[in-house]
Formats: sequence, structure tokens, C-alpha cells
Amino acid sequence: MTITKTAASRGTAVSRRSPLKKMARCWQLYLILLLPLLYLLIFCYYPMFGVQIAFKDFTVSQGIWGSPWVGLKHFEKFIQSPQFFRVMKNTILISFYSLLASTPVPILLALCVTYIRNTFFKKSVQMITYMPYFISTVVLVGMINQLFSTRTGVFNTLLQMIGFGPVDILSPPQNFIHIYVWSGVWQMAGFNAIIYIAALSSVDPALYEACTIDGGNKFQQIWYVDLPSILPTVIIMLIMNCGSVLNIGFEKVFLMQNPSNLEYSEVISTLVYKVGLKSTIPMYSYSSAVGLFTSVISLILLTLVNAISRRVSETSLW
Amino acid sequence: MTKTQRVRSSGADRTFYAVNTLLGALFILITLYPLIFVVSASFSSGEALLRGEVWLLPREFNLEAYKTIFEMPEILRGFLNSVLYTAAGTFINVVFTLLAAYPLSRRDLYGRPVFMFLFVFTMMFSGGLIPTYLLVRDLHMLNTIWALIIPGAFSVWNMTITMNFFRGNLPEEMLEATQIDGCSDIQFLWRFAIPLSKSIIAVIALFYAVGHWNSYFNALIYLTDAQKYPLQLVLRDILINNQLDISSSQMDVQTIMRKEYLQDLLKYSIIVVSTVPMMLLYPFVQKYLVKGVMLGSLKG
Repeated sequence: MTITKTAASRGTAVSRRSPLKKMARCWQLYLILLLPLLYLLIFCYYPMFGVQIAFKDFTVSQGIWGSPWVGLKHFEKFIQSPQFFRVMKNTILISFYSLLASTPVPILLALCVTYIRNTFFKKSVQMITYMPYFISTVVLVGMINQLFSTRTGVFNTLLQMIGFGPVDILSPPQNFIHIYVWSGVWQMAGFNAIIYIAALSSVDPALYEACTIDGGNKFQQIWYVDLPSILPTVIIMLIMNCGSVLNIGFEKVFLMQNPSNLEYSEVISTLVYKVGLKSTIPMYSYSSAVGLFTSVISLILLTLVNAISRRVSETSLW
Repeated sequence: MTKTQRVRSSGADRTFYAVNTLLGALFILITLYPLIFVVSASFSSGEALLRGEVWLLPREFNLEAYKTIFEMPEILRGFLNSVLYTAAGTFINVVFTLLAAYPLSRRDLYGRPVFMFLFVFTMMFSGGLIPTYLLVRDLHMLNTIWALIIPGAFSVWNMTITMNFFRGNLPEEMLEATQIDGCSDIQFLWRFAIPLSKSIIAVIALFYAVGHWNSYFNALIYLTDAQKYPLQLVLRDILINNQLDISSSQMDVQTIMRKEYLQDLLKYSIIVVSTVPMMLLYPFVQKYLVKGVMLGSLKG
């Protein structure tokens, strides 16, 4: 109450107040923010300082700060290691394949939902397609193993019904990437479509009318009105995904890995876990170096793609 | 001329709608079929499953698999652990998210861009697995429930969604009016902002709960005591690593034979049992879900 009074009586003086007074005015807001901020500093920013062990020979007895500096030793070791080429190749291949496969399907689904005229059918398609989002990674991988198993899998049951012999989809190691990517599309298409459906529902109806008057049919309407309208959303999603090209989710890859498909399934995040935590002699420093290497590249990639997009399409994250 | 044009275009439209309906049906089929099969298989008999007779509806209906599951101590323990971790974790997540989102939604927060940057930067860069692990170890949280609910206590993405919601749904006039009546910022958050934001709280709680229920990674790296394993880690041993230990030493040969038949059946019913809790949540928050995702698409 006092604040409003003084602000009113002083008029323009408000904007010239010293920062200290402005801060004092919202001390309660700072108090509210204190807990999340402390959390952020401890659990997000402190580990960022801890990442210095990537440049050190970390030993438990000397701790993060006391271990000796070794410069880029661990980075060189990673780049020169025989795994480097294979792991980078797998990571990038899986990422881009996922990106390529998982972008068009949600868009197609969103368009399909938008043009369904029967409300019940429309709601059903939407509700059913985002159900798999609720399935956990463990269960999803378990389901894949069961459905495609040669013992009781329904995939082979159906194949045999139409007269084909059992096909073992899961065993050939080069199938790993396809199973990984398409099961991901199956799980996430409905959820990812929500954002496009929202974008499509906000298209100006006048554009549709104009298109119809010009003699365009529905296919042309999609091509010339709908797709350009959701393009900014598509680009934003693509930029965000490019930032995580090297950060393939650990959880699913790790579950789908087995000794025979490691050649095709070892990615950076699983390597970091294996050399850093799982091995009998954990190489904390080396593992951190590999992790940091990918984080930095991801950050650069995100900035780069964002800059390109801002130039070319005037759409950007920041 | 114009007439034929119109007839032709409406014909094309009819084809379009027919194709579109087919496409919609195809999406439903592809999504639903594997789910229906899993449920049907879980209610069938092990023999029918092995003979390949199950492809749509249950054959030789029985509940043997479900009975066996509920008698397995590790499943029950994992289930209860997961309920605890999900409830506690979601509660902490929602509290932290609200506490961060409200001040950041206020335009008069001095230094807001700095705070915003501090939050958003963590989305793009992180210390990584090992430094975080070392921190958790140094805080003596290894092998405790805290390791599962504290390090991931917060998602900047959900915070942004909530912040956008506060901005769009709490008019500045309301804040000013309450301030004139002597309402402090803390009172405003507690008495107005939170009660008016039930829908967004439902959405972020859903996102967090699904995340907690379905995650196994934190448990994998931070927990060593099998008694504390959440359901997903137990499932991993059974579904992926095939460590299904259902034959105990006292059983006779015939029982062991029966249990052999049960192997695959059990996996199907375990999938059903572990997924049902999340699916039950879904209808309640379904209408808010779309809203939540849309809010996230706005720029912060």
C-alpha cells in the first residue's frame, strides 16, 4: 500500500530508483525463488565446475579440486581410441535417422486428425495415438522382444497365417537401428502431433476460403496453406532436436544392447556410463572428457542451426 | 465450364476424405494392435500362446499369470517402491516448479533476465553424468530415496510451461488490487496464484509422475540395494535380462514344467500390470494435456 502511494506521488521518479531499492521492493519474490535457485546452483552449476576432472587425473583420495591437471590428455585418448570412429558414427547415424523418421509422421498424423470430420472418430484417433507415450522404456523394449520373438511373437504368428516362415527380426545386429527408430516413432508420434494439431487449429480460415475460391482442392490446400502455416513450429522442433543429436537417450539404447549388436548400438552415452561407472576400475576423468566433448559439440550445433535458421527462415529459438 | 470444375473438385475432395479416413483407421490399428495383443496374451493360457493361437482375442482364458505375479515378492516390493518414489518425487517437483515459475512470471522481478538465463542455460549444457554422480556420492545420498528424487527435482521445460500459464491467466489488475488490500507476494502466490492454476498443476504433475514411474536410469546408477529397486528396474531384470526366478527348490517336476509354460505369459501380464497405473491417470488429465503442450510451445 505504501509503495503505490509513494509511486503515485513521485510520478516519474519511479523509473530512476536505484537498483537496490528495486531489489528491495521484490524481496519476497527473491525469497520464493531462493529454494529453486539454490537447487540449480548445487545440482546444475556445481557439476559444471566438477567437469574440470575431464582435464585432470582424478583420484578419489585427492578429490575434484586436488587432482593434478593433465590438459587435454583424456580428449586425445578418446579421439585416438579405436572406439571413437565407431561410436561417433553410430551416434550420428541413429540421431539423423530418428530425426528424419520422427518428423514427418507426427505432421501426417496432425493433418489426418485435422481433416477428420466425424468428431468421435477424430477424438478416438487422437486419444489412442498418444497412449503409447505412457509406456515406459523398459516395457517398450520388453514388448518389442516379445512381439518379434520367434517363440511366441505375434509378428511371426501373423506371418505364418499368411503362409510365410518365421523371420527372426531381432537377431541380426544391423536391424538394431531400424527397430530403435521405428519403435520410437510408434511411441512418440501421437504426443508429438499435439503441437502440430494446435498449430493447425490456429490457421486463419480466410486462407482456406481463398484457396477454395482459387479452385484448390484439399491436397493443394494442405500443400499451399497448412504446411507453410506450421513450418515455423516444425523448424523450432528441428532446431531443438539438432541440439540433442549427440545426446541420444541412454535408457532405450542401453536396454536394447546385447553383446552381438554392440558393433551397431554402442553410442556415446552408453560408453560414458560403461567406462565411467560400470567398469571395475572406473575411469572418471576419461568418461567426463567424453561427456564434455559431446556437450560442447551439441551446444555449438544448437547455436549454429539456430543462427542458420534465423537467417534463412526468420524462425529461431532466441 | 465452371460447373464441371466444381464437380471435379468435389470429387477430388471426396477421394481426399476417404483416403484420410483410411489413414486415421490405419493410425489407430498400428497403435492399438500391439497393445490389444499384449492384453489378450496375458489372459490366455501358456499353451495356447506357445501354439501361436493368440493373435487378437484371449484363448483359453485364465488368470494364472496374474496370480503368480502378485505372489512374487520382488514385483510387489518394486511396485510399492515405485509408488513411494513417484509420489514423493512428483510432490517435490511440483513445489519447486511453482516456486521458480511464479517469481519468473512477474515482469517487475528485478534481474529477471539473469535468473531466466541461469535456468535456461541448464537445458543446453550440463556437467554430465560423472560430476553429478560424484556430487550425489559426496552428499551421501547414494542408495537412498533422495538420490532418486533430488537430482532431477526440476525440469526447466515444465517451469517454462507453468510460467507462461501464470502470465496468461493471472491478470496484472488482480495483483494490483490485492496489493492495495495489503496482500504480500507470498500470500498472493499461496492464496491466488496456486488455487487458480489447478489445471497447469495437473499437467506438470502428470509429466513428472510419468517420468518418475517410467525411469530406471537414476535407480540403476544410484541404488545398490535390491530391496530399494523401483518397479522398472525389477521389470528390466525380468523382461530384458530374462532373470525370471519362479522355480524354487521345493517344487516338483510337474510344477516346474507348468512354470516353464508360464514364462512368456508372465512377461505379458507384467507389462500390463506395470503400465495400468499410468493409463489410469491419463483420462483424468487428458483434457489438460493438450493445453499443457500448447503452453510449452510459446516462447518464454
